[in-house]
Amino acid sequence: MSAETKDLVVPSLQAHTGQGLGTGNPADAFVVEPARARTKKTPRRTRTNFEMLAWLFMRLSGVVLVVLVLGHLLINLMLDGGVSKISFAFVAGRWASPFWQIWDLLMLWLAMLHGSNGMRTVINDYAEKDATRLWLKGLLAVATVFTVVLGTLVIFTFDPNI
Amino acid sequence: MSTPTVETHSAALDAAEAGSVQLISVTFRIRRFNPEEHPDPVWVDYQLEMDPKERVLDALNKIKWEQDGTLTYRRSCAHGICGSDAMRINGRNRLACKTLIKDVNPEKPITIEAIKGLAVLKDLIVDMDPFFQAYKDVMPFLITSGNEPTRERLQSQADRERFDDTTKCILCAACTSSCPVFWNDGQYFGPAAIVNAHRFIFDSRDEGAEQRLEVLNDREGVWRCRTTFNCSEACPRGIEVTKAIQEVKRALVTRRF
Repeated sequence: MSAETKDLVVPSLQAHTGQGLGTGNPADAFVVEPARARTKKTPRRTRTNFEMLAWLFMRLSGVVLVVLVLGHLLINLMLDGGVSKISFAFVAGRWASPFWQIWDLLMLWLAMLHGSNGMRTVINDYAEKDATRLWLKGLLAVATVFTVVLGTLVIFTFDPNI
Repeated sequence: MSTPTVETHSAALDAAEAGSVQLISVTFRIRRFNPEEHPDPVWVDYQLEMDPKERVLDALNKIKWEQDGTLTYRRSCAHGICGSDAMRINGRNRLACKTLIKDVNPEKPITIEAIKGLAVLKDLIVDMDPFFQAYKDVMPFLITSGNEPTRERLQSQADRERFDDTTKCILCAACTSSCPVFWNDGQYFGPAAIVNAHRFIFDSRDEGAEQRLEVLNDREGVWRCRTTFNCSEACPRGIEVTKAIQEVKRALVTRRF
């Protein structure tokens, strides 16, 4: 509300009459309604546990990701020669083991879903119009599915001999 | 018939009062809005001679009674119980009747504006309908089954203690209108509604906890809380609002209450 109205200070004891500022016609008066105000009819009840599960997922995946991501960074950037050792052969060597395949797969899925759910929350918090929400969330879903599917495909169909 | 003792006493009293009351010059910068005159709000400065130990509400009254009768605001009991005069004073939600002028730095202009997130109707008055709609939606009344008992519904001290904090709510909307999630999405229940649901969910005499938890489990319920603690900070009654919201979340996850 305050962002779009220009705030001017009237430095006087004068009553705020606004005379000469407006049109003077009471029919032009308006009140800035906040976006999406609650009424008797909104919001609709959905009766699902989705929000609770999403909230729990954020907490649990966050804990797991701390281990996965820090371990990943440690192995790739610190131990054994650090970042300079990373090459096609290094990746091929690690993905030869199912342990690292599952590690990376888990990291991909958890990080993508964790991040996407966080973005969904941000969109819910900041997008005021329903149409804006729908578009942003649609775009987010497409990006998430694309990245997750592509990443999974690479991990499972990776051929070290190409 | 005045006796010397009375005279000296009242003179001493006068002197004491004169000594204790030191009027200072204070500027109140009030965000005024009258949709019938102009679509934009305007900040208006008012200069007052006030005792810094007086309250912001006293200053508003002084402005309205002595300077500008068009200034509009809500106030009823003026003693921090009715919850009518929540407003944004120097950028923080407070009750004007519980805020002393000396506590909000009278050396600079004291800004006063309507609480955020609800439609401003005029000056400091907002449309409280969405706020009370959220309150109604959590069913803030005792739900029981079976026959009415012929005597009062007894409760142990420990059971009463469980929800004592949330019984203090006066529905002033200081918490809900300080919540950044509520500012952007008025569909969110907001802290005040959740506090009042908490008051019944954890009441051993009440049997509607499941229904209330179901309501708060939905899209616009407790899961939208970002624990920014604005509500706990704003509450003029000192309710630990964020803690109450977290307890409702925990009750939803564990289904124990």
